[in-house]
Amino acid sequence: MTLNPALPLPAAARTAAARTARRRAALEWVAVHSLAIAAALFFLLPFVFVLLTSVMSDRQALTSELWPTSWHWGNYAQVWRTPGFLTWWRNSLLYAGLGTLLTVVSSLPVAYALAKFRFRGRRLALMAVVSMMMLPPQVTVIPMYLFWAKQLHLTGSLWPLVVPMAFGDAFSIFLLRQFLLTVPNEYLEAARIDGCGDVRTLLRVVLPMARPAIAAVALFQFFYCWNDYFGPQIYASENPGAWTLSYGLESFKGAHHTDWNLTMAATLLVMAPVIILFFFAQKAFIEGVTLTGVKG
Amino acid sequence: MALLDTSRPAALRRKRRRETGRTLAFLSPWLIGFGLFFAYPLISTVYFSFMKYDGFTAPTFNGLKNWTYLFQHYPFFWQGLRNTLWLVVVMVTLRVAFGLGVGVLITKVKTGAGLFRTAFYLPYLAPPVAATMAFAFLLNPGTGPVNHLLGELGLPQPGWFTDPDWSKPALTLLAMWGVGDLMVIFMAALLDVPKEQYEAAELDGAGPWQRFRFVTLPNITPIVLFAVVTGVIQTMQYYTQAIVAGKVASGVIGGSGQQFEPGYPHGSTWTLPQMVYNLGFQRFDTGTACAAALVLFAISTAFTALLLRRGAGLVED
Repeated sequence: MTLNPALPLPAAARTAAARTARRRAALEWVAVHSLAIAAALFFLLPFVFVLLTSVMSDRQALTSELWPTSWHWGNYAQVWRTPGFLTWWRNSLLYAGLGTLLTVVSSLPVAYALAKFRFRGRRLALMAVVSMMMLPPQVTVIPMYLFWAKQLHLTGSLWPLVVPMAFGDAFSIFLLRQFLLTVPNEYLEAARIDGCGDVRTLLRVVLPMARPAIAAVALFQFFYCWNDYFGPQIYASENPGAWTLSYGLESFKGAHHTDWNLTMAATLLVMAPVIILFFFAQKAFIEGVTLTGVKG
Repeated sequence: MALLDTSRPAALRRKRRRETGRTLAFLSPWLIGFGLFFAYPLISTVYFSFMKYDGFTAPTFNGLKNWTYLFQHYPFFWQGLRNTLWLVVVMVTLRVAFGLGVGVLITKVKTGAGLFRTAFYLPYLAPPVAATMAFAFLLNPGTGPVNHLLGELGLPQPGWFTDPDWSKPALTLLAMWGVGDLMVIFMAALLDVPKEQYEAAELDGAGPWQRFRFVTLPNITPIVLFAVVTGVIQTMQYYTQAIVAGKVASGVIGGSGQQFEPGYPHGSTWTLPQMVYNLGFQRFDTGTACAAALVLFAISTAFTALLLRRGAGLVED
């Protein structure tokens, strides 16, 4: 640890103290990094085992051997060719892509108003947003299902999953608002003095500044849709043509009853887009997580 | 400038009206959404909870029968509540403690911090279904790598997702694997603790544990509370992992006409949200399902209220 340089110490004591401090620092370095490596094994080994199993032969996947005796990369092609897999992939992309776009477009103006407009009931509106963020989807699902099934006859399709995204998402509104609070009001006033209306201020001044927060919200929403299991189970389960990867994956295990190798290859193919996207947009993502927890 | 006219009442009223208009315009997606996807279904849920309704024939008034059935005769209600409570206590506690530990560890790492941070964070990104499938394989009692390794070390090999005593601990392990979100939140909070306080504590002769106990913890208490309450709210919604683990472990995925036994094994992974799904969409007892949904609503709302009070900062400016 650091020594306080203001402390007057005799020269001999100083070198002795410096030596102990150095030794202590080295010891701490070793302890911390051993722990970190142990933790990294806990977090990464599951991926490694899944990957190793995904390239085993059918027969070896039924044993408890850990290392593949021969490498069957063709398992991935076989998963890809499984009936339905490509359709589910397309459906997931549609749900996640459209859902993300609609969420951002509909949530930004709401977040802007909640962060920057003064109006009666603002606090109440905000509390409603936070409450809805915390609401389990199961609470409202039965009337929603009946509405989509009986009134609109649109279950068994992606519509009930995508359309609600056009009406603002509580978590995205909350996160964007937390970010917009940090935008100085002077910018908005300057824009108004220059003759910008509200819409123009939002599009020309706020939008460019809020890009990191929008990126974070977009990523979160993409992952939410990609990972969603409950929604597709409720609204799409009756029609395999409308399943998403998240929902189809378990039935894959059913179709290939004992084939852990193919199941694990499919599992990795479902994880892949999320993890690839993360590596491209790591910073935005971590900023988003921090924004929810700490600036709150 | 229009700004100067605001002393005149008529102009003031006009300005007010214009401002109300633009506020409503900006809020409109959310206001419509709130009505369509929150208020309307919530009121309907209350309505159906007093109706006898199978989802097909017309609903008829049923009084409090759904409610008394749920609390007194439905054999799985209390079991679901107990399981949910178990998960809330054990899973949330271990996840927050572990997340804090990993957060502290990552702030101390000097070499390769970025790599370690990414490694610790990665599992959080794994889609829940995929992560559960992976764990169902890893913790597979017969051929899974984990029991293989435990066997090599001469340790006992639990049945994990196939043993009612071990299924909830297995789910807890899965939740701890995905602790990356908490790590990031704690890391940011830990880096905000003023350095001077550590130096002062050290001059007073405080050891590492005392520095953590008397400097770190008091500084991050609000974040720990935030993590606990949001963790409880998330656990009230716990669904995907429990249902997928049960399906994969029981080997009944559906499709072939077989009905999956909810909460496999022996109802040990059965939770409140699954109850709503099972009652409403498998047993077609819409009325009782709505009553169960309202129980879930009441408990989550209580915790959300706690969060709003404790973390008042959430809705401040």
